Amino acid sequence: MTDKFIGIDFPTWWFLVVGGLFSGYAILDGFDFGAGAWHLFFKKEQSRRLALNAVGPVWDGNEVWLVIGGGALFAGFPVLYATLFSAMYIPFILFLVFLIFRAVAIEFRGKEEMLWWRKMWDVCYSVSSIMLAFLLGVVLGNVLQGLAIGDEYLYQGAGFFEFLNPYAIMVGVTTLSLFMMHGAIYLLIKTEGKLFEKLTVLLKRAMIFFMISFTITSLYTLLYIPHLSDDFKAQPLLFIFPLLTFLSIANVPRLASKQRYKWAFLFSALSIGFMLALVAIELYPTLLLSTVSEQYNIDIYNAAASTKSLKIMMIIVAIGAPLVASYTYFVYKTFSGKVVIDDASY
Amino acid sequence: METEILARIQFAFTIAFHYIYPPLSIGLGLLMVIFEGLYIQTKNQLYHTLCRFWTKIFALTFGIGVVTGIVMEFEFGTNWAVYSRYVGDVFGSALAAEGIFAFALESGFLGILLFGWNRVKPWVHFVSTVGVFLGSMFSAVWIVVANSWQQTPAGFHIVGEGMRARAEITDFWAMFFNPSSVDRLTHVWIGAFLSGAFLVLSVHAYYLVKGRYIEISQKAFKIALLVATVFSLSQLVTGHHSADGVAKNQPAKLAALEGHYPANEKADMYLFGWVDQKNETVSGLKIPGGLSFLIHQDFDKPVVGLNAFKKEDRPGQVNAVFQFYHLMVSIGMLLIGMTLLASFYWWRGKLFDQRWLLMLFVPSVILPQIANQVGWFAAEMGRQPWVVYGLLRTSQAFSQAVSANQILFSLILFFLVYALLLFLFLYLLNKKIKHGPYDESEDEDRPMTKDISDAITG
Repeated sequence: MTDKFIGIDFPTWWFLVVGGLFSGYAILDGFDFGAGAWHLFFKKEQSRRLALNAVGPVWDGNEVWLVIGGGALFAGFPVLYATLFSAMYIPFILFLVFLIFRAVAIEFRGKEEMLWWRKMWDVCYSVSSIMLAFLLGVVLGNVLQGLAIGDEYLYQGAGFFEFLNPYAIMVGVTTLSLFMMHGAIYLLIKTEGKLFEKLTVLLKRAMIFFMISFTITSLYTLLYIPHLSDDFKAQPLLFIFPLLTFLSIANVPRLASKQRYKWAFLFSALSIGFMLALVAIELYPTLLLSTVSEQYNIDIYNAAASTKSLKIMMIIVAIGAPLVASYTYFVYKTFSGKVVIDDASY
Repeated sequence: METEILARIQFAFTIAFHYIYPPLSIGLGLLMVIFEGLYIQTKNQLYHTLCRFWTKIFALTFGIGVVTGIVMEFEFGTNWAVYSRYVGDVFGSALAAEGIFAFALESGFLGILLFGWNRVKPWVHFVSTVGVFLGSMFSAVWIVVANSWQQTPAGFHIVGEGMRARAEITDFWAMFFNPSSVDRLTHVWIGAFLSGAFLVLSVHAYYLVKGRYIEISQKAFKIALLVATVFSLSQLVTGHHSADGVAKNQPAKLAALEGHYPANEKADMYLFGWVDQKNETVSGLKIPGGLSFLIHQDFDKPVVGLNAFKKEDRPGQVNAVFQFYHLMVSIGMLLIGMTLLASFYWWRGKLFDQRWLLMLFVPSVILPQIANQVGWFAAEMGRQPWVVYGLLRTSQAFSQAVSANQILFSLILFFLVYALLLFLFLYLLNKKIKHGPYDESEDEDRPMTKDISDAITG
């Protein structure tokens, strides 16, 4: 592993790429999961339709980040991809099933006029949005704690519901609350009138919900999962990151109270990015901690694809990323501003 | 053993279901590009209506294709962990390229294709349609390349041993252009064009038989017929190239396709038949020496048979491979016959007087669908017992960490969800077809549009 690019080795580069993709995914699908989680709080058909169409043109583009992130993980760290996905079998399968339900609900809700039809899909849409946010957090919680990985990368956990442990649930709920705050701000940017008024109230609740669950989870992490703060204790300079995260989070309610929602959205997006950066700093260079023995840890070196493969993929990313960025920008620009329902809407 | 079988059933089920949709999206994409291109060229409102109508159906197939596709991407890791570790270095870059070049292009422009009719200029919209179509074509490139690498691995070397053994890439372009990539990609693309063209043929034949939307349906039928005729004929060429490649690179698979057991004798070609796996014989209607002729252009030249391979290195289900392959070929021939016959009547100017022929086209959408499915079943079952031909056995490739119970749980879940998806898909497709190509706001016989279109097309 002597091969380097600008003084950084290729597995680390790819760690940054994957981290960037996952952060992008969390920020983007985060706001549409969050918007979906609020869906049943809107009572009028017109409000629900507006809220749905606020994410209408962009939700599947957001899911592209999942596809790319998954592909990047498979390509760059095949050992992690294989071990994590097979160890977290049930949560990943449930995640997929809810992802399908949600897509189906968005597509099919508007296809019939009947009240029961629309209500049924509203429930599907909202419940699956909530579950998706929660499950993402649950998987993250399991990764933070480490998994029972043994020899030959074999996961030794047994139980069907082993993934659903208290800490994972805590992280799951925190993720949900974070996305609900993020989603409410997005909807505030995209709506006006009565729905907008209602959302200002909901956002306040979301912020309280998030602050409470975030505080509890952070305290629990510091007290009971010491390995997650080792790096910070060893390297006081790194404390700048928790500090930035805290400032970024605190900025959200400040900007929201001034009704500067676009800025608030930027900072809730930044907060998501910072939180994931904290996770990344803590883990690096480990990717998956083995609770069986340290020798079975999966890190960026034993999990990585060959340097040659990583180099090829860096070229692919270097060509592809500007392309993706430019048409993502074009799409968001085309559909910027408040939602307008027309005959092509959901 | 149980885990392996369940994992294989789940993969086969989810991939077969997924594969209903991407070919439709690719094929409809091609027709939408043609329709919208003609609209921009001629300003004929009929083409605009056609494009909008088929875009709505495209949205359905695309949506289901995406969500069932994400399942596939995850399933490599969840159910085939050993395989994923083994091929990740090679296969991963193809998958990553698919995501970044193809899928992002597709999904990015889809928003404009579906919702942008009134928001962007017509040519920008056309560019978006082309972008979505190209994206879906590129998707096929990377996926077929990855699968072809499993059939005919190239551009790699093996590093490590036992559970830690894996293929590492040595030459990207040798991996990309592995011996079967190009033949199989063209075969898959054309199969996709056919499934899209036949859906258009089916729906507009239905309207014509019912006597509805006549003018627009005649136009659409002719365009789709042209596409279907050209591609059902060219599929013969790509199919032949594929078979040649199989003969060269995967002799055990070729032998299974025709149920050819003798180790080194001349081989027959069957029109249809039944393989008796116990006695290693085939009964049916055959062209003696036909396979020898196909491969060597000589009826008497020997072809390597299944007996040249050890029992554990041969496909387990020879009869199934044989049947799937022959069904695919027969359907291919049927499609050529149907499209040539219809083209003949078109040439004589009597196409739309042949009500019986139109009625035959109404259910024809199912044919390319079946051909695509059984073609893949033949390709994948013919590759057995290997998941990567000659390198990694399927029986060693599944996730050891996942129990049979967990797979049973997910299999049942997928089965229920996909049944719902299929039901909704058919229900909404039917609704859209019944509703017809015109929006409420557009009147089908609005004289203005008709006059303009008549003036333009003469």
